[in-house]
Amino acid sequence: MTSFVTAATAVDPTLETFENDIWWIVLIKLVGVFALLLLLTLFTINYERKVVARMAVRPGPNQVGPKGWLQSLTDGLKLPFKEEIIPKTADKVVYFIAPVISATTAFTAFSVMPFGGVVNMFGHQTALQLTDVPVSVLVLLACSSMSVYGVVLAGWASGSTYPLLGGLRSSAQMISYEVAMGLSIVAVFMTAGTMSTSQIVAAQASGDPVQLFGFEVTAPGWYAVQLLPSFIIYMIAAVGETNRAPFDLPEAESELVGGFHTEYSSFKFALFFLAEYINMITVSAFCTTLFLGGWRAPAPITTFWEGANSGYWPLLWFFGKVLILLFGFIWLRATLPRMRYDQFMRFGWKVLIPVSLVWILFLAFFKVARSGAISDTTRWVTTGVVAVLVLAIAWGWPSPKKPKQLSIEEELHQRPPGSFPVPPMDLQVPPSPRVRRAVAERDPVSKEV
Amino acid sequence: MTINPYVPIVGLLILGALFALFSVSVAPIVGPKRFNRAKLDAYECGIEPAPTPIGGGRFPVKFYLTAMLFIIFDIETIFLYPWAVSFDMLGLFGFVEMVLFILTVFIAYAYVWRRGGLNWD
Repeated sequence: MTSFVTAATAVDPTLETFENDIWWIVLIKLVGVFALLLLLTLFTINYERKVVARMAVRPGPNQVGPKGWLQSLTDGLKLPFKEEIIPKTADKVVYFIAPVISATTAFTAFSVMPFGGVVNMFGHQTALQLTDVPVSVLVLLACSSMSVYGVVLAGWASGSTYPLLGGLRSSAQMISYEVAMGLSIVAVFMTAGTMSTSQIVAAQASGDPVQLFGFEVTAPGWYAVQLLPSFIIYMIAAVGETNRAPFDLPEAESELVGGFHTEYSSFKFALFFLAEYINMITVSAFCTTLFLGGWRAPAPITTFWEGANSGYWPLLWFFGKVLILLFGFIWLRATLPRMRYDQFMRFGWKVLIPVSLVWILFLAFFKVARSGAISDTTRWVTTGVVAVLVLAIAWGWPSPKKPKQLSIEEELHQRPPGSFPVPPMDLQVPPSPRVRRAVAERDPVSKEV
Repeated sequence: MTINPYVPIVGLLILGALFALFSVSVAPIVGPKRFNRAKLDAYECGIEPAPTPIGGGRFPVKFYLTAMLFIIFDIETIFLYPWAVSFDMLGLFGFVEMVLFILTVFIAYAYVWRRGGLNWD
């Protein structure tokens, strides 16, 4: 037990750390991550309900367990004991498989999440991370892509109109925002030079020293600061990717009932619910890893507490950051109205994607220029050429053609003869008998006039 | 005995799949069953549901277009990732090559934009 107390500095795992893990340690971590995800989901559902309730000035769940914190657990236990209704139009096999796909991919995505550095676990040195491979981020993105199958198959297999529309909308939304999300993390790979999650965390440990007004200042290592545009795009895309408010269009209750899971009941519904919350936790944890320094303590803490990053303490920082991000998700849900679908898609395709691409090119140019590969004159010439190109594109950009605004008379003239009858513009509607009576009662004098 | 670092990923996949399969199989057994023909109809806000054509019928072609655009940009992303990881080694050459590639895709993107492929009506 003393080993991690004395280890004052953080020990970053390398890829070899994961190759040397003994099988039973891996098994412990495997079950640990699984149990952690289930507990975190139960917690997050309750957390969301409580926060939203506070924001709406009402108590929220407060009956089951201490201060209502067991509400989601009891809800979850109740669900398997509810009747399962399978509509007779459903495609039985696909209907059965869809929630399994959703839940499985949601669980798998967490396998490469780094919770901490190297610790002493039952006498063995191992990292607080289930596993890490050179392409960890790809594993994570693959899982989030595969979860689209669960959604679209669920919508299709229900054999009902609302789920089909909800499933299609949801899949279109998820793949559109996946592109923006994928492009936003290119900048992280460029800066970190790796795709392994633990190495990305290690790369954010400290920033480069920069000269600022004669003082040497250490730039913050977090990519949220260094690569701010990427961070913003990632956060927006993450909300779209997880179908959360204000982008919760697949579940637009007023239009689509419940979206793709309208026809699901009992534990199949619970699995979709579970998958949605795990995905929310996953994108938050992923954001922490990529942009917020991962499991390392925030900068001011490490200056007066040397051991903040050692042993099991990183768990505190990691889950603290994840909780703050989850709070952001809930805050969005409590404050923002739902977006319209066309606005939402336009925002994804016409704003997020081009901005990501331009930012990647800008960052690449900046890095190449700073590495000294090109001379000063070339740099200025290139900047000039790019500026001229950007201006040319902006000038020649197709602007949406606005139809000429016609007056009502002109518009009426343009109608083909025999079209739907239109009341005359100067139509005077006589007051209804009831209104006349009411006026007469209130003011008997005017009746005689 | 050590194991390959890719194995735990599959392990969590199997664990998650077992949990999901177990719960979807057990729920119909432990849950109650009360037959009612109306319950088995597709949901339609209380009115008699219109019969749905086989395969769900027709839906807007926009969804196909979005899927195709997604493939184009996903391929672009796939090309960007290895380039980004080895960016420091590629230097100026890699930068110029990637500018050419992104510009090529950008032409297609501008065309789609111009033709209204990104409008959702």
